[in-house]
Amino acid sequence: MQLVLAEDNALLRDGLTRILEAHDLTIRHSVANAPELEVALADPEVDAAVVDVRLPPTLTDEGLRAAIAVRAARPGFPVLVLSQWVEHLYARELLASGEGGVGYLLKDRVGDIRDFVDAVRRVAGGGTVLDPEVVAALMARPRARAVDRLSPREREVLALMAEGRSNAAIAARLVITEKSVDKHASGIFTKLDLPLAPDDNRRVLAVLAWLD
Amino acid sequence: MASTAGPARLTRNALLQVLLAVPTLLALVLTVVGGATALLVVGIPIVLVGLPMLRWIADRHRSMAAEALGHPVPAERRPVDGQPVLRRLRTWAADPMSWRELAWAVVSTTVGFAISLTVVLLAVLIVTLVLWWFATPQLMMLRSRLDARLLSRGSHQLLEERVAVLTETRAERVEDSAAELRRIERDLHDGAQARLVALRMHLGLAQELVETDPTAARTLLAEAAATTGAALGDIRDVVRGIHPPVLADRGLAGAVEAIALDLAVPVQVTPDLPARLPAPVESAAYFAVVECLANVGKHADAEHAWVELRHVDDLLTVVVGDDGRGGADPAAGSGLRGVARRLAALDGTVRVSSPSGGPTLVTLEVPCSSSSPRTTPSSGTA
Repeated sequence: MQLVLAEDNALLRDGLTRILEAHDLTIRHSVANAPELEVALADPEVDAAVVDVRLPPTLTDEGLRAAIAVRAARPGFPVLVLSQWVEHLYARELLASGEGGVGYLLKDRVGDIRDFVDAVRRVAGGGTVLDPEVVAALMARPRARAVDRLSPREREVLALMAEGRSNAAIAARLVITEKSVDKHASGIFTKLDLPLAPDDNRRVLAVLAWLD
Repeated sequence: MASTAGPARLTRNALLQVLLAVPTLLALVLTVVGGATALLVVGIPIVLVGLPMLRWIADRHRSMAAEALGHPVPAERRPVDGQPVLRRLRTWAADPMSWRELAWAVVSTTVGFAISLTVVLLAVLIVTLVLWWFATPQLMMLRSRLDARLLSRGSHQLLEERVAVLTETRAERVEDSAAELRRIERDLHDGAQARLVALRMHLGLAQELVETDPTAARTLLAEAAATTGAALGDIRDVVRGIHPPVLADRGLAGAVEAIALDLAVPVQVTPDLPARLPAPVESAAYFAVVECLANVGKHADAEHAWVELRHVDDLLTVVVGDDGRGGADPAAGSGLRGVARRLAALDGTVRVSSPSGGPTLVTLEVPCSSSSPRTTPSSGTA
């Protein structure tokens, strides 16, 4: 797999390169600012991107904007956004297109190398990965919405879906069978009124419904 | 600020002013003559009669001018209550208001007298009644402005007052900043720094044990990893408390939308900010909104809340409202007082309207002109 890596801090860029290459992922372009990122993302050979939210020259949210822009130009292009902090607003903007293949993680998570590499692969495979901190904040927010119709178990399943876990992983985490995860998932899709579509896409839509 | 008094009322005032012209002249002469001969002692009793008389007449004119202008014309005199005669004379001589009132007396008995007399004559001569109806408000406005200008505070005094306000708000700001620095220092010292020390110890121990007891070393490494995560969390909290990253990225409107998303009560945000505002204004307004919304969450028992952001004519207006039970007392909580202090440093104000039963409306106003249309570079890296 050919990746674009955008991170302005040289130490972190080296670390990320080492981690990803050690797990058989190829860094095709390693860039340190927004204009270079734009050029790199135009390369038709790249399969996915790992992007820092803050990039020079303005050091605001240029990485995030670049991620949203490339996904508008290449729908479904997998992008994993890394940040020193997670912002619910940014998660919603990233997912707004309803396409999968997107992730938003705290930089801290890079420390759990296996989890991090796993997240990169899941995003590249079209999955949706949200940082557990965003998920926890959403869980703590009691609001009268469609999501409230979900049973406690279904909410647990949805939270793990938002973190990007597969049905098998969710089953293992909740110590239930994969079949009952499947049952909960279709319960969630029905209650959230999501149209019939490939399951992966409906997972994204379910997470999106929850974010709103 | 249009006058509320009609031509008839204004004419009554004009008549009074005409009648007061002679006493004014008398008071003026007494004060000047008395003042000039005060050193010869004989002048002292003359001043003691003349100046209070002048002041009494000036006060009558102040209230008449206030009536015509629709706003008060305050007198800022130095207090002389209970002072012995000589002290009192000295205070009077040093008070700029005395000199302004003397100057006013000269103008009042000449130009002012002419204006008021014109009004009275217009009213008395039946043929000029139409002219009287239209001209009186204009003429009396002119006379009132003249009086107000001479009888109210001078630019010097306005400057003095401004300096007093600035001195006070600056002292508060300095105190707040010092407290903020102490808090940051404490947070870093007790939080992240302590955790990094623990991390260093775990790693040192693991290094020693890696050959002899790999299992123990692995446990220590896992603990070290957890400690790193906690230290990063601490640092994140400190940074967020200083300047929230989303505020740097998106400005006030984006940052307010971001907090609105994370609240239990649904918050409707209506941003009308054509451009980015100066960083200190953005920051003060942001923390003010955070405080107000936290109050909504804690006390209001509200179903809905809303935040309106408006920047028109170099004035930022932020309204935070909720449909809760009301009864918020701005004097009771320290939070809103802190907000008021923070905004005062920028000449901003806080108004709270919270009748029992709601709704509660907190209105923040900060004068400022906008900066660049897009983002301004911020310090620090992600």
